[in-house]
Amino acid sequence: MTAMLKQRRFLIEVLTAIGLIAAPFVLPHLGFAPNTVNRILVWGLFGLGFDILFGFTGLLSFGQSAFYGTGGFVAAYLLTRAGFPNVFLALVIGMVAAAVTGYFVGLIALRRTGIYFAMITVAIAEVFYFVEFNPLAEWTGGENGLPGVPTPSFNLGFTTLHFTTGWSLYQFLAACYFVGVVIALRIVRSPVGAILSAIRDNPLRATAVGHNIHGYKLTAFVIAAAYAGFAGGLLGVMQAFMPPDAFMFETSGQLIMQTAIGGPGTLFGPLVGAAVWLFLQDFLQSALGLGAAWKLVLGAVFVLLVCFLRRGIIGGIADLYRLAFGKRAHRESAAASAKALTAEEEQAIAEADVAKQPDPPPMAPLNRAGDGYAGPILQATGLTKRYGGLLANSDIDFTVNHGELRGIIGPNGAGKSTFFKMLTCEVAPTSGKIVFEGLDITGMNVTDVCQLGLTKSYQVNQLFSGLTVRENLTIAALSELRGKFRLDMFRSLQSIPGLSEQVERTLELVNLTTRPDTPVSELAYGEKRRLEIGLALATSPSLLLLDEPLAGMSPRERVETVKLLKSISKGRTMIIIDHDMDSLFELVGRVTVLQEGRVLVEGTPDEIKNNAVVQEAYLGGVHGVLDA
Amino acid sequence: MINWPNFVSQLFNGLALGALLALISSGLTIIYGTLGVLNLAHGAMFMLGGYAGYVTYTYTGSFILAVIGGSLFVMILGIVMERVIIRHFYNRPHEDQLLVTFGLGICFVEIVRFIFSSQSLVVPPPPLLQGITSLGFMYYPTYRLAVVGIVAVALAALFIVLYRTRLGMIVRAGIEDSVMVDSLGINVYRVFMIVFGIGAMAAGFAGIINAPVVSLTPGIGDDILVQTFVVVVIGGVGSFPGAILGGLIAGEIISITSMINPGYAYVMLFVAMTLVLVLRPHGLLGAQGRD
Repeated sequence: MTAMLKQRRFLIEVLTAIGLIAAPFVLPHLGFAPNTVNRILVWGLFGLGFDILFGFTGLLSFGQSAFYGTGGFVAAYLLTRAGFPNVFLALVIGMVAAAVTGYFVGLIALRRTGIYFAMITVAIAEVFYFVEFNPLAEWTGGENGLPGVPTPSFNLGFTTLHFTTGWSLYQFLAACYFVGVVIALRIVRSPVGAILSAIRDNPLRATAVGHNIHGYKLTAFVIAAAYAGFAGGLLGVMQAFMPPDAFMFETSGQLIMQTAIGGPGTLFGPLVGAAVWLFLQDFLQSALGLGAAWKLVLGAVFVLLVCFLRRGIIGGIADLYRLAFGKRAHRESAAASAKALTAEEEQAIAEADVAKQPDPPPMAPLNRAGDGYAGPILQATGLTKRYGGLLANSDIDFTVNHGELRGIIGPNGAGKSTFFKMLTCEVAPTSGKIVFEGLDITGMNVTDVCQLGLTKSYQVNQLFSGLTVRENLTIAALSELRGKFRLDMFRSLQSIPGLSEQVERTLELVNLTTRPDTPVSELAYGEKRRLEIGLALATSPSLLLLDEPLAGMSPRERVETVKLLKSISKGRTMIIIDHDMDSLFELVGRVTVLQEGRVLVEGTPDEIKNNAVVQEAYLGGVHGVLDA
Repeated sequence: MINWPNFVSQLFNGLALGALLALISSGLTIIYGTLGVLNLAHGAMFMLGGYAGYVTYTYTGSFILAVIGGSLFVMILGIVMERVIIRHFYNRPHEDQLLVTFGLGICFVEIVRFIFSSQSLVVPPPPLLQGITSLGFMYYPTYRLAVVGIVAVALAALFIVLYRTRLGMIVRAGIEDSVMVDSLGINVYRVFMIVFGIGAMAAGFAGIINAPVVSLTPGIGDDILVQTFVVVVIGGVGSFPGAILGGLIAGEIISITSMINPGYAYVMLFVAMTLVLVLRPHGLLGAQGRD
């Protein structure tokens, strides 16, 4: 769906406009009353923000009613009790109030993720409901709500546009919804939108490639609150009355269910869901005479959809479309690309490619502030990590110079990965000090360290599995080009200077130029491994750590990857952990051997090969030539 | 000017509510701790316990049978729910688990509303526990006193099951690391099913015990669910002792604030939750690492 959203510039905007203009002529024939259509639009607008939060960022909030109600009551209070004349301005003020509320609520709720986040948002929304009913009853009318909310009119000088009820008000609501869609699409297509999907897919890696994900999550939360606030205001305008049940948990619940029914991550899912919901409600209640049981039927429909059609109605239609038309396109493209080839053949082609390809131009690391520094690029002193009684790393002194290619070997459990995690500041050392390019980075976080130019590729792939190869690399490159946090929500990805060049260069370096638009889930293992390195590389690190880059690869893939690593290493400092010593000794200039959390010995590959202590560590005292 | 007898009776109310919340929350928290699923239908299970007890009571006239009927019904429902639906969601994202249990909760509430309508129903306390008891300086409804005792016994039973039996040891090990338990040759799925049943039963039992205190409506579980969340966040997700401590704290906060102004009960509860989140993000007795 995301791919579909990106197809053609303004295609979706134009289709939305056409749909909104056509609706009053078509929908009455399908049995939709104008008031029902208006309600669908308000829910749809409410849902645009929620979908950015849930569908795109992966944060399932059960507390959106708090912002819906806040925006609605602020606007309604201004228009009724405070005698504020301008309806539209009141709606905007309501939206701002909701966004500010969202900011503070987000600060608390986003302290935790997953189910904690869900529970906290439920609790906060309940607080708002009770506050509206009791302490603030004087302002909100308590359980009576605020009646008498006026409808908007605009004085254009020569004439006055007044939107009253039914299809007249529809025009105003449709205009609001259209603007809402345009803004939401811009956000989704902006760098911020790209990072939001990265957070949904793999928050850990999004942090590690240098994005301040907490800031971006809070941004999504505030966006959702703003949409909710504006929609809440519209609810009052539409009904000429601001109902207190806007604050009820049922409101949040209905929004979630409509979004799931329509299809999350599509922006239009909530609108479709609301249409289905309100239509079925009318139909079940009046046509079938089910009375109050309509909600039971809708609840059952919802459960079935979650069980069997997780991507909702729009997702289901998109899948059907792909099944019907996509297959043909797929077959055509398969003939052209290597897609339909067997893994064997593909391998051969890839290898031939590697052989004939001229070495891609080396990608220089970014010039950063610390570059004037002449000493060693990395210096760790007395690095110790203790997990309870287990001493993972003990008093490690480790220095790497600019431009060096260092290998780290050691038996399983020697503490190699823990050592890397401390260097990239994923885990804090129990004691000791890490200096990177003359800067003490001990106790910093992994995001800041990545921004400084130190990052690693993981032992176990940490990719953004729902996105394509190109999108993956884009997210990593964005961190270098934009810093760890920037709110360029209305900027398109294409307009960022240097982004596509950097992505293309990285694609070339990791030899994935033939498959930029393939979803990660369809990649072969070796390709995933190369993308894993590409993710680290796209941040243009001056020091790159590679945690077992060759692990799990076939001999052929190893050859290819070693070649890849060689070309990456030009003009860059790298530290590589691996068990494949033949490859490692061929690559690196010096080797550090870790054993039981300590540095055993350090030297050139030849020195290490012939070192009796190392042979003892690996072979348990059997003396001979180490050649494995 | 504080009215002392009133204050003390509110303290008792808080204790009774807190004990109930503790019991319901332990059900929620052991299910989450073991299965990794947050059951949003837990509030509906509490409500169903009350209604199943009510039905048993109308047919038999016995309160004790009502308690047994209510608890058993919800336990069996929990087991069926785990087998038929929840089991297929273990490998799906947390969001899907939340969505499906949320939907199930709505279905349960609406089924009850369909059968019993929205009118409130009353289950009288057993004859032995009717009336009021003199505590020397004040009078207090006998049944509410008894609730504290009954729930304490139930919590003790749960404690024994969790901490003194083989099953409990497996459950606690499962909370730590369910993959490891699986690889030790223990059928984790069977344990999951039993845990879901026990957790649901805790809610159902609380539902019927609570029925004589507050009259039954189909929506009674919704508020309880929210309070349970606060309890779990305060106590620490997955922690049985945390659920008890959190329950008592939440019960007293609600009761004492209600004495001054009921409108602020939730606000104070929320303030307490926020304080815990800021000062101890993993809850008062929660373990680090689970998220």
